[in-house]
Amino acid sequence: MVFAILLFVVVMALILMSVDRARSVPNWALVAAFLGPALLMLAFGLLYPMVRTIRESFFDRTGTNYIGFDNYVTMFSQSEFQTVLRNTLIWVILVPILATFIGLVYAVLVDRTRFEALAKGLIFLPMAISLVGASIIWRFVYAYRPDQEGVAQIGLINQFLVWLGFEPQQFLINAPSNTFWLLIVMIWVQTGFAMTVLSAAIKAIPDDIVEAARLDGLTGARMFRYITVPSIRPALLVVLVTVTMTTLKAFDIVRTMTGGQFETSVVANEFYTQSFRQGNFGLGATLAVFLFILVIPVVIYQVRQLRLSEEIR
Amino acid sequence: MTTTPTPPVLPADTPAVPRPLTPAERRAAMARAKLSSPWASGVAIVIAVVWTVPTIGLLVSSFRPQQSINTSGWWTWFRSPEFTLGNYNEVLFGARESFSTYFINSVVITLPAVVIPITLALLAAYAFAWIDFRGRDILFVAVFALQIVPLQVALIPLMQQYVRWEVAGSFWTVWLSHSIFALPLATFLLHNFMKDIPPSLVEAARVDGAGHVKIFFKVLMPLLVPAIAAFGIFQFLWVWNDLLVALTFAGGTPNVAPLTARLAELAGSRGEAWHLLTAGAFVAMVVPLIVFLALQRYFVRGLLSGGVKG
Repeated sequence: MVFAILLFVVVMALILMSVDRARSVPNWALVAAFLGPALLMLAFGLLYPMVRTIRESFFDRTGTNYIGFDNYVTMFSQSEFQTVLRNTLIWVILVPILATFIGLVYAVLVDRTRFEALAKGLIFLPMAISLVGASIIWRFVYAYRPDQEGVAQIGLINQFLVWLGFEPQQFLINAPSNTFWLLIVMIWVQTGFAMTVLSAAIKAIPDDIVEAARLDGLTGARMFRYITVPSIRPALLVVLVTVTMTTLKAFDIVRTMTGGQFETSVVANEFYTQSFRQGNFGLGATLAVFLFILVIPVVIYQVRQLRLSEEIR
Repeated sequence: MTTTPTPPVLPADTPAVPRPLTPAERRAAMARAKLSSPWASGVAIVIAVVWTVPTIGLLVSSFRPQQSINTSGWWTWFRSPEFTLGNYNEVLFGARESFSTYFINSVVITLPAVVIPITLALLAAYAFAWIDFRGRDILFVAVFALQIVPLQVALIPLMQQYVRWEVAGSFWTVWLSHSIFALPLATFLLHNFMKDIPPSLVEAARVDGAGHVKIFFKVLMPLLVPAIAAFGIFQFLWVWNDLLVALTFAGGTPNVAPLTARLAELAGSRGEAWHLLTAGAFVAMVVPLIVFLALQRYFVRGLLSGGVKG
């Protein structure tokens, strides 16, 4: 590791020194020295692979025979993959909305209270935990023991069910509700992010607007609905888009909690399974391309926003 | 907005009335009134509890003996406390599990994977912000847009390339991949910060005869420290907590795989070994939690500066 860092530093220093030595370095050389390494890596690591993967998606499982759109047909027509697509849709709709909503409500409730720092810290903390760690935490919450004499529940939720007189449930195995229990983990992690960004946006609402609304007699829920939410709309959109993208691409939770069994798989997890477990490169590539197609609208939206903010600048 | 009832004007001759509250103070008072409504504080407390209890449960369990974890709920601990470091001992130094090796792997993976992309992104951001050249804007938008290529799209071609170069399964592949994947966002964020530095500062240095390298290190770097810290923490958490890249490039080789890969494997193969899983999860958590708690302010600033990696 030390060797790698040193090597890297030496190379960078050489490039920079050679650029700065002669005062007559042409502009293009300067640009090449500063931008070159980054652009080279991006071309090698993102651009070229992207082209390769798109090409790969039209080939069979070994990547040698051209089969046209067969992989795409498979993806949309086989019931197994339809379940995957359905689950992905559920994740992408529920996680951003619920995480943003809970984050927003919580940010409003604790805003400017005495315990604000502590209260926000508690919700924010899961962001530092890896999705694998979060999955283990929640697997423990969902843990199941058969309901028999002398067998105690060790999972909190099942214990509650037993206390209330219900049967304990195998939350992670019973389809289709298990998808719902899985995506709770993602919401748990992402809410802190939503809360932080939205809380900053709420604090940025000018005092005189709040003041005027208050004089108009707006309080509580109506203040929230008519003043808070419209004032922070841009931040809300950023949060929704970001959480959506994270949700689409994340596979750690599904892989750690159920391994994609029991009808819980999502596109990102199925990509991993097909590519590395089943050795079906063509279908894996198709799933990756599908993920990419799903985020393209987001790219366009983001670039538009960037243009707008550049104009304001 | 309609601005109707004017606030009641206070009689001028009431000396008892203190200075009027500032709007900010009034909002704080309102917030207090709001939270004193039982519903609002109830909801806030419920959310806080739901968000905290799962972690506490796992933490408590990690200090209980294996027998107790498997036979009774962790909440019974408060009635009959027991304490052991046996789980941690077995997880860290036990012959088969030995997280300590993977812990070191994680450190070895993370440090270069944070330093390299930040350095390269700083250079690129500098070029985009302060050097004029043709096609600059288009190139910048292109780099920005690359942020959104899902990692999944890049993994297999990259891996095939690494195999061809015969570096597959080494730390090099993990470092290089993490660096590449971080570049678009890093360049974008650091560029935004650089743009906010007053051009007059750079102009002045230029008049004094400073070259680009000197401007970069002497003028810009000191001002960029908060931004670099923010992204550094971000990248640190991302790399330390990553599973996908690690599994793809280092997963098959135990002397390279990081903690997350090991933990995921443990969860899959021995899903009911709670005494190992609980302790293991906390071993994997402790470094990011320390970094996160210590540098939270910078991290939040980084989040708020606009872009976030997906």
